Amino acid sequence: MEYLVSIILSGISVGGQYALIAIGYTMVYGILRLINFAHGDVFMVAGLFMVYLSASMPIYIAIPLVLILTALLGYIIERVAYKPLRSAPRMSVMISAIGVSYLLQNLALYITGGLNQMYPKIQFLSDSITILGATTRRVTVITPILVIILIIVLTQLINHTKIGMAMRAVSKDYETSELMGIKINNVISMTFIIGSFLAGVGSMLYFSNYATVVPLSGSMPGLKAFVAAVFGGIGSIPGAVIGAFIIGICESAIKSYSMISVFSDAFTFALLIVILAVKPTGLFGEKTIDKV
Amino acid sequence: MIKQEKNHKSSFIAAIILVAFLIILTLLETFGSQFPEGFLRKTFSSTSMLYTVLKKGATYALVTVSMNLLNGFTGLFSLGQAGFMLLGAYTYGILTIPSAARDDVYYLHGGSAINFSTQEIFGSLFGNSGVGGAVSLILGVLIAIICAGLVAAFFAYLIGLPVLRLKSDYLAIATLGFAEIIRAVFQWDKLAPITNGANMLKSYPTFSSFNITNSNGDVILRLSTVVPFLIAGVCIWIIVLLINSSYGRAFKAIREDETAAEAMGINLAKHKRLSFCISSFFAGVGGAMLAMYASTVQAKTFTSAMTYELLLIVVIGGIGSVSGSCIASFLYIACSEWWLRFLDNEIILSNGFKVPLLRNSFRMVVFSVVIMIIVLFFRRGIMGNKELPDLFKRRRKKPEQQEAAK
Repeated sequence: MEYLVSIILSGISVGGQYALIAIGYTMVYGILRLINFAHGDVFMVAGLFMVYLSASMPIYIAIPLVLILTALLGYIIERVAYKPLRSAPRMSVMISAIGVSYLLQNLALYITGGLNQMYPKIQFLSDSITILGATTRRVTVITPILVIILIIVLTQLINHTKIGMAMRAVSKDYETSELMGIKINNVISMTFIIGSFLAGVGSMLYFSNYATVVPLSGSMPGLKAFVAAVFGGIGSIPGAVIGAFIIGICESAIKSYSMISVFSDAFTFALLIVILAVKPTGLFGEKTIDKV
Repeated sequence: MIKQEKNHKSSFIAAIILVAFLIILTLLETFGSQFPEGFLRKTFSSTSMLYTVLKKGATYALVTVSMNLLNGFTGLFSLGQAGFMLLGAYTYGILTIPSAARDDVYYLHGGSAINFSTQEIFGSLFGNSGVGGAVSLILGVLIAIICAGLVAAFFAYLIGLPVLRLKSDYLAIATLGFAEIIRAVFQWDKLAPITNGANMLKSYPTFSSFNITNSNGDVILRLSTVVPFLIAGVCIWIIVLLINSSYGRAFKAIREDETAAEAMGINLAKHKRLSFCISSFFAGVGGAMLAMYASTVQAKTFTSAMTYELLLIVVIGGIGSVSGSCIASFLYIACSEWWLRFLDNEIILSNGFKVPLLRNSFRMVVFSVVIMIIVLFFRRGIMGNKELPDLFKRRRKKPEQQEAAK
């Protein structure tokens, strides 16, 4: 029982962290039709920001500063690497995303000198507590609550504000919304800012659990979060969140059996291939029809 | 008629140049250490970086061309190349480790499940020493390389059944996922008697096994650089023939417009599968060559980062250009392994000025910035979608065209 509870708890916690990254993927994909391969690395860089900032200032200043810097990083990446390619074929933009990912990883490798960086302890998050007999960190409980709050805020933003309406319009029809007087570039920048901000929050929760940041620690969570976004139906925010929770729980269940624990990463991708083969639009995705 | 003769003539000349190049390369590698002390000796002695770059470059050239066949010529954006290379590398390693060395390689898992190697099978036919030994080594390695390609192609066929129905970026992420699955499977303990689990495979024949030695064990003729060139050259030649055949034209039609291609009577599913399997076959061969180059195989090196690297080389060379991919892979390997090495070391000038920023892995930062610049501003890469001979042709034709314009 305790064992089961601890597996489910850690699954929900990991799933929540994936959810925060997956939202960034799904929003960008909804608007630009681009798999932002650099998103996982933005997540990793947010972890490094925290490592370096918390060394020189108190943690309650470092946390908001990290979030602001991460959002800024997302904005800069969009402006420098994706905006010049607006009219280019989709493949070029994706290659540019892979290039950014490569650049961020190498930059991180250069700055850290290839050493594992210890993530600072955020006292409040890493205290241990006991639920139904299973001992765990407080971050495990906080993650799902925080995710749900952030998602409610985000859906309010998308459904009831002007910028949200613009986002929905752009994701429905890119060219028409431009003709309607929507400033496409601002909307896209806003999407990247929101996505990166959430990735920043996700990185705090994730690295409070795993404690070390290495240049490659963003790529696997990034890919898994993308799978979650596809699983839920890409472009749909609730879909991404539900997909992320399912993947998180399955993963922690697989990790707990030592027989097959090597397959915890592979499982995610097997799931992806099955989903794409059976229902390519995902759980909540809208079916699109290509007109010739 | 005249044009065809001209084509034959130019390909004949190209073949002669290539053979001469390979002979010069062999001679240089063998006798390079006898140059007088200085630059020449430093560059051409058999331990020079030059040969490392050439070996790895030839390997990468084959893999990038195979990737280009898929991404550039068929328009299927696949990111599974590292997975197929892994399959090829492991197949090669498993088939060619001599049975005497197997206990040593698989010591953690109590010996190997497979207790033969291809060159030993031929060895029992042709003898194990002298010319017979050489023949059995060559045949054994050749069979193992072909098996490496076939295994990769077989898995490509299987994975292609569900995956090839997907469009652009979904296909990319599904093939990327497939590569990750393969990597996990090869590290699984249960398969360890075959794959050696997470440990590496070693002691199989490498490129240096092809050096010809005399009875004292001294090297008479070094063939370790020519062999990868031969393998890669033959494979790339086959790919070029394929691209210029009716299949290649069908691939290009699919790249330009799937719906239009289908309307023209091209069987989409069949041609996509064909392109995917052939590309994976050569990726598998490339994986086997990488195994020969590196002399150890370990599943954890075949990450998605490797696929990204290959994709970036394809982009630098120009998507849809075979010669561009070859040039770019040699340039890329030369820069990352040799020419830009100095960026990794601290340099202190004679007046005591320490050059800032130079520190370990600065090379890769510079490198990725250059790649970003190419991706953003020189999207066509070095060659665009032209081939090397096209450049000569255009230059020759230009004056005629100008006259015609007058």
